[in-house]
Amino acid sequence: MLNARALAATAPLPLAANAQNQVNMSTGVSEAGAVITDLGVEIYDLHMLIFWICVVIGIGVFGVMLYSIYAHRKSKGVEPSQFHEHTGVEIAWTIVPFFILIGMAVPATSTLLEVYDNDDAEMSILVTGYQWKWKYEYLDADGENVAFFSNLATSQEQIYNTDTKGENYLLEVDEPLVIPVDTKVRFLITANDVIHSWWVPEIAVKRDAIPGFINEAWTRVLAEGVYRGQCTELCGAYHGFMPVEVHVVGQDEFDDWMAAKKGAAAADAALAATELSVDELMARGEDVYNASCLACHGANGEGGLGNAIAGSAIAMGGLDSHLNVIVNGVAGTAMQAFGAQLSDVDVAAVTTYQRNAFGNNTGDVVQASDVVSYKEG
Amino acid sequence: MRQSQDSTIDTVAKLGAVSVAMFAFVFVVMVPLYNVLCDALGINGKTSSEAYISVSAEVDESRSIKVQFIATNNDGMPWAFSPQVTEMLVHPGAANDTVFFAANPTVNAMVAQAIPSVSPSRAAEYFHKTECFCFEQQPLDGNGEAEMPLQFIVDQDLPADIKTITLSYTLFDVTSLMSDKVASR
Amino acid sequence: MGDHHHGPAEGLSRWLYTTNHKDIGTMYLWFSFAMFLLGGAFAMVIRAELFQPGMQLVEPGFFNQMTTLHGLVMVFGAIMPSFVGLANWLIPMMIGAPDMALPRMNNWSFWILPPAFLMLASTLLMEGGAPAFGWTFYAPLSTTYAPPSVTFFIFAIHILGVSSIMGSINIIATVMNMRAPGMTYMKMPLFVWTWLITAFLLVAVMPVLAGAVTMMLMDIHFGTSFFSAAGGGDPVLFQHIFWFFGHPEVYIIILPAFGVISQIIPAFSRKPLFGYASMVYATAAIAFLSFIVWAHHMYTVGMPVAGELFFMYATMLIAVPTGVKVFNWVTTMWRGAMTFETPMLFSIGFLVLFTIGGFTGLMLSIAPADFQYHDTYFVVAHFHYVMVAGAVFSMTAAIYFWLPKWTGRMYNETMGKVHFWVSFIGFNITFFPQHFVGLAGMPRRIPDYALQFADFNMMSSIGAFIYGASQLLFLYNVIAAIVAGEKVSDEKVWDGAEGLEWTLPSPPPYHTFETPPKIEEQPAH
Repeated sequence: MLNARALAATAPLPLAANAQNQVNMSTGVSEAGAVITDLGVEIYDLHMLIFWICVVIGIGVFGVMLYSIYAHRKSKGVEPSQFHEHTGVEIAWTIVPFFILIGMAVPATSTLLEVYDNDDAEMSILVTGYQWKWKYEYLDADGENVAFFSNLATSQEQIYNTDTKGENYLLEVDEPLVIPVDTKVRFLITANDVIHSWWVPEIAVKRDAIPGFINEAWTRVLAEGVYRGQCTELCGAYHGFMPVEVHVVGQDEFDDWMAAKKGAAAADAALAATELSVDELMARGEDVYNASCLACHGANGEGGLGNAIAGSAIAMGGLDSHLNVIVNGVAGTAMQAFGAQLSDVDVAAVTTYQRNAFGNNTGDVVQASDVVSYKEG
Repeated sequence: MRQSQDSTIDTVAKLGAVSVAMFAFVFVVMVPLYNVLCDALGINGKTSSEAYISVSAEVDESRSIKVQFIATNNDGMPWAFSPQVTEMLVHPGAANDTVFFAANPTVNAMVAQAIPSVSPSRAAEYFHKTECFCFEQQPLDGNGEAEMPLQFIVDQDLPADIKTITLSYTLFDVTSLMSDKVASR
Repeated sequence: MGDHHHGPAEGLSRWLYTTNHKDIGTMYLWFSFAMFLLGGAFAMVIRAELFQPGMQLVEPGFFNQMTTLHGLVMVFGAIMPSFVGLANWLIPMMIGAPDMALPRMNNWSFWILPPAFLMLASTLLMEGGAPAFGWTFYAPLSTTYAPPSVTFFIFAIHILGVSSIMGSINIIATVMNMRAPGMTYMKMPLFVWTWLITAFLLVAVMPVLAGAVTMMLMDIHFGTSFFSAAGGGDPVLFQHIFWFFGHPEVYIIILPAFGVISQIIPAFSRKPLFGYASMVYATAAIAFLSFIVWAHHMYTVGMPVAGELFFMYATMLIAVPTGVKVFNWVTTMWRGAMTFETPMLFSIGFLVLFTIGGFTGLMLSIAPADFQYHDTYFVVAHFHYVMVAGAVFSMTAAIYFWLPKWTGRMYNETMGKVHFWVSFIGFNITFFPQHFVGLAGMPRRIPDYALQFADFNMMSSIGAFIYGASQLLFLYNVIAAIVAGEKVSDEKVWDGAEGLEWTLPSPPPYHTFETPPKIEEQPAH
C-alpha cells in the first residue's frame, strides 16, 4: 500500500491534504513531514502492521492454492490422493494463528488505552450534532462560553451541478472549529436529535454523538493546519452534508480569534438594541437563509424537504405565527426551533428576508426588539 | 415412522419454546440486565435517579477534582437552561451545591425532564447526588423561571486517574407525555 | 402418513398448496432470485447517483430509502431465502428422508414471504416514503424521527422472522429425526451440518430481532422509552439488542455457504474433504463465538475500555476457526485431480475473495484502528466481499452444481464460465476501490462526496453495472438449461460428486426415499 510519506517523496507535486485517489488511511503525518497527532501515527502504524501480516498470510495461502490449481489438475493426468486427515497439521494451523493474534492484540491494547486517556485536558469543547450541522461550545471556566453553529458552506448550485465544484466541495463550513496547536483538547460529544458521529480522519478522532448522553474524546494536534472530516452515522436526509472543519492555529492566533468571538457575541447583543436598515436586514437575512434554511426550503423559497416559503400563508401572514415557526419550530417535523440556534438579530433578519424575498414583498421590517417582545410574550 | 413422528413433535415443541423464550429474553433479561450493569458498573455515565443518602465521611483535602457542568436542550425544547457556574473544584467526600437556571419563554405551561450524563462514564458510580432537579419532572408556567438545585458528593474512592468529571444535563420537553397523549412524531 | 402414488397437482394450485420439499425449494429459489434482482435494482440507483460527485438523479432522502431497501431486500429477501431453498431441496435427499419433518409448515414458511416483501416494497409509495434509516435502523432515527411507513417495516420484519424460525425448526426436526438408518451425525454431508448449526442460530436470534422491533413499535406508538433518553431509556440499548441478533445473523448467512463449498471443492478435486471432523467443530466454534462479539459493530459508541477490549479479543478469536476452514479447503484441493467447471470456478472465487474479506474483517476487529474504519466505505467493502463474493458466489456455485440433478438438464458450460469471469471481474472492480475511498475518509450512506473520491467511485459504479448485467446472464443460463439444456445421461452428473442425492435419477421423482436407502459402512468422507 502506498503511504502519503512515500508518495510525497517521489511525486513531482506535494500531495494536498485531501489527496486525489488516496488509497490508504491518513498517516498522521502532514505532507510537509510534520506529525499531526501522535495517536494518529500510532493508529496508522497499527493498521499497517495488521495489513502486512494479512498480506503475508494471504501470499502463503493463495500461493499454495495457485500452485495446486496449476499442478494438481486432471488434465495433467494426475491421480487424486485420498488423504483426508492429519491431526498434527490441523493442530499446528490452529495454534500458530492463535499466537499471531496475540502478537496483534498486544499493540492494539496499548493503543486503545491511549485513545481512552481523556484526562488532564487543557480545554473542553462541547460538540453537538444537529440535523444537519454541528454546534461547538467552548467551556469557559468563567461561564462565558463561546458557542456557534458550523454549517455546510458549499452552495446548492455546486451540489446540483449548475456551478463548478470548489476544491473543498462538501468539506467546507461557514464557522470552523478553531483550536490551539499542541494543546490537549477534550471533546464532549452529544446530539440534539438523532445519533450522529464526529470524525476528523487526519487527527484520528471519531466518536458517536448520542442524544441525551455525553461521550468524550481527546486530541493534541502538533501541526498547524486545516483538517476536514464528516458526520459518520446516518442521521437523516442530509447526513452527507454536515462536514467538520478544524483549524489548528498558534496560541496567539487562537487567543485573538477567541477574543473576536466574544466581542462578536457582545456586538450582536448590542446590535439587538439598535434598529437596522431594511438593506442591512435583507443582506444579513439572506446570509442566514442560505446557511440555515436553503437546504430544505430551496434557493428561491420553492420548498423541498420543507414547505415553500414563496407565497406561503405563514411568511405573508401574521408576524406572530411566522415568528412562532422560526423560533419554536414545528413539533413532529424536521423544522427545528431556530430561536435556540440564531441570535435575535439573525431571527429578525431572516424573518424580514422571508417576508420580502421570493416575490413575497410584504414590506414588513422585523427588528431584533420585535423578536425579543415576541419571545417575552 | 411412529417414533420419528413423536420425536419430531417433541423437537418442534422444544424449539418453539426456545423461540418464545428468546423473545421474552429480550424484554425480561436484556433490558433489565443492561440497566443493572450500567448502574452497578456505572458504565453508561448514568447516575442514580434516586437521592443519595450520604454516610458522613472524611473529606479528602489532598485531591481536587474539577467538576464541569453542561446544560443543553434536546430537539424542540425552547427553554433557556444554563448552570450557575460552568465548573467548580471539589474535594472527594465534601458536600457541594450549585444551581441551574431554567426559563420557559413560551406562553404555555410546559413540563421538562432533565437527563444527566457523566463523563468519563466510569466516574458515574462515584458521583452521588443528594438532591437533584433531575429526580423529578420540572413544570414551568408560561414565562416562568426557576432556580433548580443540585447537591452532590464525589466519592473518596474515585479512581486516582480521574481528575475531571463532566456532568451534562439534557433538557427534554415531556409536556405531551404528561397530558396523557401518546407521544408520537 | 398415507401413500402418495400420484404426481404433482396441476396449475397454480400445485404451487399454492404444495407440501413437497422439492417444489417448495424451487419456489424459495425463484423468489430469492427475484428479490436479488430487486435489491440489485436499488443498488443500481445507488451506484448511478454515486457515479459522479453532485446530485444528479435522486434526492438525498430517496437515496437513503434506496440504501435501506437494498440492504433489507438483499439480506432478508435474497440471501436468506435462497439458502433455505437449497436446504429444502437438498437436506431430505442428502440424509435419505422422504421430505421435511413438517411439510405443511414448510408451505407456510414460504408463502408468507411474498406478501411481506410486497408490503415492504409498497412503503416506497407511502406518505413520507419508505424506511430511510439504513438496514440497521438505529433508534431514534427509526423511532421518533421515522416516517409513517416504519410500522409496515416492523410488521414485515416480524413476518420474515416467523418464516425463518418456522423454517429452522423444520430443518432441525428433519435432521435430528429423519436421517436414514446408518446415517450418523458424523456421516452427514457438511452442507447438512452447517445448516443444522445455522438453524439453531436462527431459532436463538430471530426472536431477538422480533424483540427489538417490538420495542421500537412500543416506543413509537405506545409511549414507552426503551430507546429514548427522555424517558430514562438509551439509544445505545437498541444497538446492543440489534447486534446481538445482527452478528449471529451474518454467520447465519455464511455458514450454509461454507457448507456448499465443502460439497463442491471435494467433488471437483476428486478427493474427500480434508478434516471433516475439524470442519464440523470449527463451524460449531464459529457459531458459539458469534454470540459474544456483537459490540465490535459499536466500537465508537462510547463503551468503557474494558468492554471494547473484551469484544476485540473475542472477535479476533473467530479468525482461528475460520482460518481452519480455509486451510482445510485448500488442503482438499492439494494433490487432487482438479477440473474447473463453473461450480468449481465460483467456489475457487469464493475461496480467494472470501479470504480477502476475512482479512479486512481482522483489520476491522482491531478496535483502535476501527475508529478510522467505522462507518466508512472500508466496512462496505469488507461486508460485500464476504456477503457477495462469499455467500452469493457460493449460492451461484450451488445452482450450477445441482441444477442438472434437479432438472435433468445441463447448462451451457461456456456460458457458465463467461458468467463467472464477468461476475468476478465486475465484482472486484465494484468493491476493491471501496477499500481505498473508505481509508481515504469517505463515510457510508452518503449520496454525494468530496472530489478526491470521484475517480474510485466512478470505477466502482462501472463495476456495479457490469456485475449487475452479468446476473441477467445468469438468469439466461438457468432458463436456457431448464428449457433446452442437454439431458443429463449419468446419474452422478459430476465425476467426483459424492452423496445420496447423486444416487437419484436426474431429475429425481416427485417423492424420493420413501423407503430409506442403505447407508454404506465406509463414509465418503
